[in-house]
Amino acid sequence: MPLILEPNFHEPGRPALRSWSPGDDFYEALIAAHAGLTESASYALNARLVLILANHVGDLGVLREALQAGLRSAAAGVSDSAAGSDGEPLTAPQSAAGG
Amino acid sequence: MLPTYRYPRFCNSRPAEIGQLIDRPVLVVGAGPVGLSCAIDLAQRGVPVLLLDEDDTVSVGSRGLCYAKRTLEILDRLGVAGQVLRKGVSWNVGRTFFADQEIYRFELLAELDHGLPGMVNLQQYYLEQFLVERAMQIPLLEMRCKNRVAAIDLGDPQRPLLRVETPEGDYLVCAQWVVVADGARSPIRRQLGLDVEGQVFRDRFLIADVVMKADFPTERWFWFDPPFHPNQSVLLHRQADEVWRIDFQLGWDVDPEEEKKPARVIPRIQAMLGPEHPFDLEWISVYTFQCRRMRSFRHGRVLFAGDAAHQVSPFGARGANSGVQDADNLGWKLAAVLRGQAPHQLLESYDQERGFAADENLHNSTRSTDFITPKSSVSRMFRDAVLLLSRDFAFARALVNSGRLSVPSFLLDSPLNTPDGPNDRFDGRMRPGAPADDAPILLQDLPLAADGAAPCWLLQLLGEGFVIMVYAPDESAVVPAMLACSEAAMEASLRLLIVTGASRSAVGQSVRLGPQGPAVERIADVREQIVRRYDLRPGTAYLFRPDQHVLARWRVPTCEQILAAHRRGLGIAATPIASRGERAAQNEGSACH
Repeated sequence: MPLILEPNFHEPGRPALRSWSPGDDFYEALIAAHAGLTESASYALNARLVLILANHVGDLGVLREALQAGLRSAAAGVSDSAAGSDGEPLTAPQSAAGG
Repeated sequence: MLPTYRYPRFCNSRPAEIGQLIDRPVLVVGAGPVGLSCAIDLAQRGVPVLLLDEDDTVSVGSRGLCYAKRTLEILDRLGVAGQVLRKGVSWNVGRTFFADQEIYRFELLAELDHGLPGMVNLQQYYLEQFLVERAMQIPLLEMRCKNRVAAIDLGDPQRPLLRVETPEGDYLVCAQWVVVADGARSPIRRQLGLDVEGQVFRDRFLIADVVMKADFPTERWFWFDPPFHPNQSVLLHRQADEVWRIDFQLGWDVDPEEEKKPARVIPRIQAMLGPEHPFDLEWISVYTFQCRRMRSFRHGRVLFAGDAAHQVSPFGARGANSGVQDADNLGWKLAAVLRGQAPHQLLESYDQERGFAADENLHNSTRSTDFITPKSSVSRMFRDAVLLLSRDFAFARALVNSGRLSVPSFLLDSPLNTPDGPNDRFDGRMRPGAPADDAPILLQDLPLAADGAAPCWLLQLLGEGFVIMVYAPDESAVVPAMLACSEAAMEASLRLLIVTGASRSAVGQSVRLGPQGPAVERIADVREQIVRRYDLRPGTAYLFRPDQHVLARWRVPTCEQILAAHRRGLGIAATPIASRGERAAQNEGSACH
């Protein structure tokens, strides 16, 4: 199975009422897990999480792809001037709002 | 400053009863979007309403801006959605920037086959103006301007007594019920010493409304950490009249007076728009916000709604939207209590349901705030990682949280719902408590309009009462369901909708409902969206409450089940678990056969 880069957060048996909720649920839990940690403790937690999740994925082909994907984004960091965003429009129904 | 809007002045149709005491069934305090919506809804339901406001014009300056689909559906029921849609602007392109580059753009795709768009941008003063104009058309609604509630006396909790100040003098109002929609600082809430719990965010935002002098795209732009405003966020949004709203996050340690000076604001905006877009300033202000709610929205016969009851961060446009939905939830309940059709306990469900919605809004807007303004270095690191990944990967774009659009709450835990029967299996999200999904329909019994098959919409047809809807592509094939719905409709004065086939002519054999049968509306499910969204099978029935949420549903209903669900939906305590014999005896008295 190739590396999944489409939205994939979900809860089996609990269909989401809004497309964004499972992702937001995870993100909130992730930040909450770091609450109160020192910076070095946060680094260490991240390292443990990467190892746990990597073992869960298991497939070395997928993990190599993930390493490449992560490195690729860093290499094209925000200080670079490459735009790379004028491609085809992405659809994100009901995902953003004003205020 | 360049004004694009002339503030109307409203005057009262008759003088107040200075020095006297007047009695009213319902007093609504505050003529913002929430108080106006509530007053119009009650008056449309036949309840005489007195609506008081301390001012005589609409909200001044730049406030609410984005009205979401559910709010538009409610405004449609209140008679102003057409004006809002005509004056407002719709956007569907959003662009997201991080540091010095655009990381992605998206196109909002309207959900197919819904009558109203996902959102419309419009200055709050226009919405209020349309609502005031509508309010003035309704004879049962009396709106009084420059009438300020100076004091509330709950010495007799059953008869709230209010002293009202006017330029001509004071008078007293004795009301059966008081709806308080007097805003975030709610003087009435303060006078009653009621708790409002939550947090103040240590952040400030600068609002600048600008009038563009040349064409500028109708798009929503959101910057994280832009070079022209480092470490902060900036939002650009289109409003009506060629006015663009710009929100600069300022942080806590700035001098708001200094930041408001045009000499400081103009260069910021020039840096953001680029030299090719000249503009005029229309409005500048600095605001802070709080995330908090009252512990209970009901205090005896005093009911709180909108900002008076709960306040959220502006991300996600959940202020005015949730307030109008408060009004939608409260109107039918208060009307049913006043008519003696429902016990006071029904109003407990207002607090439960809208309290749940407020918690959901607080939760979502707090998440957005935490994403936009990370509170720790690791939170900032993850935020920036999401933004960086979002340039390349769709999964990360879905995590970018610059505000989640206000959507109605699924009141799945409401005590008014009747849960699905153990053997009734349904797919989809139209569970008891869900806000009803719209769908295009055609009325079977109306002659076709001259311009062909102009569709109308399910939510417009559901309207503002209890409705039982049954799916009967061939009525003779589902006789028990048809008779159950018909008898329940007669007994409880429900409207009966029969969903026929997909085409206007596809009416199978009709079942004779007898000479005293209920009025029936047969509708064609022209795009088969009702069948799909509600997972209908022949004989399936849905009971809707007056604010268009699902109350109950059955694969094949019985008349008793529908009547019991209707009573429960009115807050009439369910009969305690009765023995079989008792239950049979009770049923003898009902109209079901």
